[in-house]
Amino acid sequence: MSVKQISVFIENKKGKLAEATRYIADHNINLKALSIADTQDFGILRIICDEPAAAKEALMNGGYITTVTDVLAAAISDTPGSLASILEVLSEANVVVEYTYAFNSSKAGAYMIFRVDDNQAAAAALAGAGIKTANQEDLF
Amino acid sequence: MSNYYQPEIECASVEELKKIQSEKLVAQVKRVYENVKYYRDLMDEKGVTPDDIKSIDDLHKLPFLTKADLRDAYPYGLLGTDLKNCVRIQSTSGTTGRRVVAFYTQKDVDMWEECCARAVMAVGGTNEDVCQVAYGYGLFTGGPGLNGGSHKVGCLTLPMSSGNTERQIQFMRDLHATILCCTPSYAAYIGETLKDMGLTPDDIDLKAGIFGAEPWTEAMRRDIEKSLGIKAYDIYGLTETSGPGVSFECEEQTGMHINEDHFLPEIIDPETGEVLPEGSKGELVFTSLDKEGFPLLRYRTRDICVLSRKKCSCGRTLIKMSKPMGRSDDMLIIRGVNVFPSQIETVLLNEGYSANYLIEVDRANNTDTLDVSVELTPEQFSDTVKDLSAKEKSLANAIKTMLGINPKVHLVAPKTITRSEGKAVRVVDKRKLHD
Repeated sequence: MSVKQISVFIENKKGKLAEATRYIADHNINLKALSIADTQDFGILRIICDEPAAAKEALMNGGYITTVTDVLAAAISDTPGSLASILEVLSEANVVVEYTYAFNSSKAGAYMIFRVDDNQAAAAALAGAGIKTANQEDLF
Repeated sequence: MSNYYQPEIECASVEELKKIQSEKLVAQVKRVYENVKYYRDLMDEKGVTPDDIKSIDDLHKLPFLTKADLRDAYPYGLLGTDLKNCVRIQSTSGTTGRRVVAFYTQKDVDMWEECCARAVMAVGGTNEDVCQVAYGYGLFTGGPGLNGGSHKVGCLTLPMSSGNTERQIQFMRDLHATILCCTPSYAAYIGETLKDMGLTPDDIDLKAGIFGAEPWTEAMRRDIEKSLGIKAYDIYGLTETSGPGVSFECEEQTGMHINEDHFLPEIIDPETGEVLPEGSKGELVFTSLDKEGFPLLRYRTRDICVLSRKKCSCGRTLIKMSKPMGRSDDMLIIRGVNVFPSQIETVLLNEGYSANYLIEVDRANNTDTLDVSVELTPEQFSDTVKDLSAKEKSLANAIKTMLGINPKVHLVAPKTITRSEGKAVRVVDKRKLHD
């Protein structure tokens, strides 16, 4: 149970993010969710979109360094403490979370995206706690 | 004020100097031809025998030595005597290929220290002075050279080495140091630290400084002189010939007197190798006239400068060289360390990066900065900042291991490093090092 995330290397310079997102738009890639991690020198743009394979190819053709990672999408309810509950389950299962960000789909509702060190262990732990995780096709 | 360590040499007539040089050269060429197979082969190849060298007028007949020869002959190929006669090595930083390891007999060490003693006396040093040596000690020639020179003059020597600036200033004040020896950028930094500590030049007893191992400008000289309340003097040297003290400034501060009784200078056209007349700008070449351990003949320094025999008000007759005005190769001097871009390239390739990189050297707060930008390859990309930061750090460490100086490493996107004619522009030196 995982979804495909595309990561793009972007230099931390004026206009670079605009340039990349414009490029993505020009190639008809519809961003469903994204997060940006940045350092002084560079940023990593992480994207969830409906056609990850096509998106990756388009980005690579444009000279962007990209990589596809399997990340976990866990359904989250619109109530206080729901994120804490998920993180507690993962922590108890000794799963290390690298980063997380939110995803909202008109079709499937709200999810949190998790980049973890062990997708299978994480999915199993969440299933055991009654927390739903999604596949790529569940989201679009 | 005219203080000479060896006036019979420093103020000898040009004829006397040439006579000494010729005698030493003839003997040195014979010795090298007998003892150094590497150079003998070069001479044989050129069809020159020791008998062809009768005076310094025949110097041009000898083959050149270059950094490449030092690499080929590393480590013992240019050794001029049995290893058992050697008592010391000094070395530059760098890889096997770029590292210079020079051997010294006791006589070589004494000669080197005498050269530095001439420099210490030329700035007014006597046995009543307290000389603070804040050059690095160890393999680097700066500390040991000036330390030895200071001893020979009889100064009370403070062997501080570089760094720990507040402690430097404390010793400087408590022990009333009068002469400071270090790199010019470190001198400027000490000046700033003094100010930051709420002190003025009146709070210290320094009167002179001997600064070298890296290029510096007249503007820097004025700043240092003002911030420390001293006269700042230049000193020049290279590990290949001995270390600092190959040439030194006197009170006139208009170029450096070459200790030409030991180091015979020439200026050549770096393209053709042709010897140029006095006063021409070209590449400086040195012949060690009496080194035993590492006797380099016609060694091409790659430093571009001008020689002048114009009469000097200090009374010394030793020929003067200008501050180096540049290099005829791509060597950079960063924080006193000789750096070749190819060294950084080697590290990048070893670490799996492309050869598309940019080296930027600048000077901030009187300290050289080294920034290395390198294009990331798709294989190296990761979606986590942790991984990429670790890559930057590990690359910085590898460069530090190679050069001995800490760079800032920047990973950049592919094809972002400017290319001219398809080749990446590799070095940008933003420092203003030459007037």
